[in-house]
Amino acid sequence: MGAFLLKRLGVFLATLWAALTMNFFLPRLMPGNPALAMMARYRGRVNGTVLHVLEVQFGVITNKSLIVQYIDYLSDVARGQFGISLTYFPDPVSRVIRDGIPWTLGLVGMSTVIAFCLGTVVGILSAWRRNGKLDSLLPPLFVVLGAFPYFWVALVAIYVFSLVLGWLPFSFGYDLAGGTHFSLTFVMSVLQHAVLPALTLTITSIGGWALTMRNNMVNVLMEDYVRTAKAKGLSPVRVIVDYAARNAILPNLAGFAMSLGFVLSGAVLVEFVFAYPGVGYLLLQAVESEDFPLMQGLFLLITVAVLVCVFAADVLTAVLDPRARVAERR
Amino acid sequence: MDQILGGNQPVALLEGDQDRAGGVARGPFWQIAKAVRSNRKAMVGVCVLSVFVVAAIIPNVIAPYSPDAEIFTPSAAASWAHLLGTTAYGQDVFSQLVWGTGQSLEIGFFVGALATLVSVLIGIGSAYIGGLTDAGLSFVTDIFLVIPTFPLIVVLAAYDRNGGTALMVAVLTVTGWAYGARVLRAQALSLRTRDFLEAARARGEGTWHVIVAEMLPNMTSLIVANFLGAAVYGILAAAGLQFVGLGDTASWSWGTMLYWSENSTALQSGSPLWALMPGLCIAMVGGSLSLLNYAFDEISNPALRMRTVRARRRGQPVKGAPSGSRGER
Repeated sequence: MGAFLLKRLGVFLATLWAALTMNFFLPRLMPGNPALAMMARYRGRVNGTVLHVLEVQFGVITNKSLIVQYIDYLSDVARGQFGISLTYFPDPVSRVIRDGIPWTLGLVGMSTVIAFCLGTVVGILSAWRRNGKLDSLLPPLFVVLGAFPYFWVALVAIYVFSLVLGWLPFSFGYDLAGGTHFSLTFVMSVLQHAVLPALTLTITSIGGWALTMRNNMVNVLMEDYVRTAKAKGLSPVRVIVDYAARNAILPNLAGFAMSLGFVLSGAVLVEFVFAYPGVGYLLLQAVESEDFPLMQGLFLLITVAVLVCVFAADVLTAVLDPRARVAERR
Repeated sequence: MDQILGGNQPVALLEGDQDRAGGVARGPFWQIAKAVRSNRKAMVGVCVLSVFVVAAIIPNVIAPYSPDAEIFTPSAAASWAHLLGTTAYGQDVFSQLVWGTGQSLEIGFFVGALATLVSVLIGIGSAYIGGLTDAGLSFVTDIFLVIPTFPLIVVLAAYDRNGGTALMVAVLTVTGWAYGARVLRAQALSLRTRDFLEAARARGEGTWHVIVAEMLPNMTSLIVANFLGAAVYGILAAAGLQFVGLGDTASWSWGTMLYWSENSTALQSGSPLWALMPGLCIAMVGGSLSLLNYAFDEISNPALRMRTVRARRRGQPVKGAPSGSRGER
């Protein structure tokens, strides 16, 4: 178990380093120096000191060698200093990001949990009644649903539920007219605004869970110990829940933390469509206005979040599934 | 699913029976065609896909108007003259859809092909060579597997906005090969110790011969599935990028149609078809490719098809990320 976790820790650290390094070198190596273009765009709009800080951050004018710049950059990141956001001037990037995190966390967390639970249950039922009505209808449906672009599902949801039926709001995270002070109306408006984005993410990710769970169940149900359990005359529910599903869910549990990363990526587009004020929307806004410090900070944040989730999944797998410890590399 | 239980060709395709059955009689691709014909899901996928392929090849015949002619009543509803209405700029939506098909399919094809090539090289190479090379390549694969791809693509595209389609394909290839490499490596590892490979080595065949002539034909269905998965990923990711304005907004593709319709708030201003149809096309192409992919999964993993003991022997629990949510949209 130690060796397995050590290896995964190695991947974690290496990926983190790769992302950090990419963040540092990309603006310096890209053709046409995008950082210079950004600075030209903001000259006159922000004051000289900020521009100078930016010039240092992106290595435009500096008397330091690349290596020293790189080390400076790493130490800045370690202290959580990502520079100053240009679009939200004079706020530092870290504060802008901090404002965005709760929105994304709530949205992605909620929809992932819902999709995971529903998908797992559907997968179990589908495998138990193998080739039954549910099983011949749902898997192909999920396969097709999984290929739908997140943002298109979002557009359809807006069209149907907001514009045609007029049930739910389609933009932003809360009712702007109502203000942000904490009250029942504010909470209600936040919930209302979250329904459609969450629905979008749930619909597009539920299929993956259902299919993996179904396939795992199909494999586990053919194991001898399940047959033994059936032969002993245990009730079907007991066999499914205590014998089969318990083991079939292991790979899915590991996938749970890992999928948070995938869903985070999908959330970028969903937040864009709904103008939902989370980190994904911020990222695309930063890209659009060429606010590179904010963009870099957000990319790092999303990457670290995904890496932590993946590593947590690895630890969980190692703890729960002895097979992973020995057989992971085969 | 029952109707395909009878056919045993797909199993032969994977089990390395070719040696025992007396050489490659018809070639792996013929077998795949046969397997597709006997699977209803695969047939649906092929049919839907061919409609789009035809549209991509002869858009000038199918589309009634030029995609960029801004000559009609803006934001008109659907009618016989304009099957899907017109855009806010007075263009024909249906014609744009037809002309946009080509680019999406191209991106899907090239990303699928290139990413699969990289997956095959790295996956099979690392499984076959083993040792330190394997450890190193697997390490790199793991890194690419966990980096969140869509934000990375967005960042890359943001630094180079005028890169065009070739750059997009390159970026999507770089971010899309890792999953396939891992799957192929696992399959190659399990094949490595099979008798027919031992036999080939004992005959004194070179490494390349063993890999290309003995191993690859036995992994065809997995490689095809990989191609399909990577193609879906490429199409969805490219559309997502174009949708947020990180593509060539002057070119005709479904993604740029979405971008322009979002820009003029088409949903709210009475031309919902303009905003919804390109996405529907992407969804249909993606869905048909995924159906094909799913069918290949059934073909290459008998455990998902049969309840026999024989099938169980080969049944491996599916590990890692759910295949349905591969990549980002």
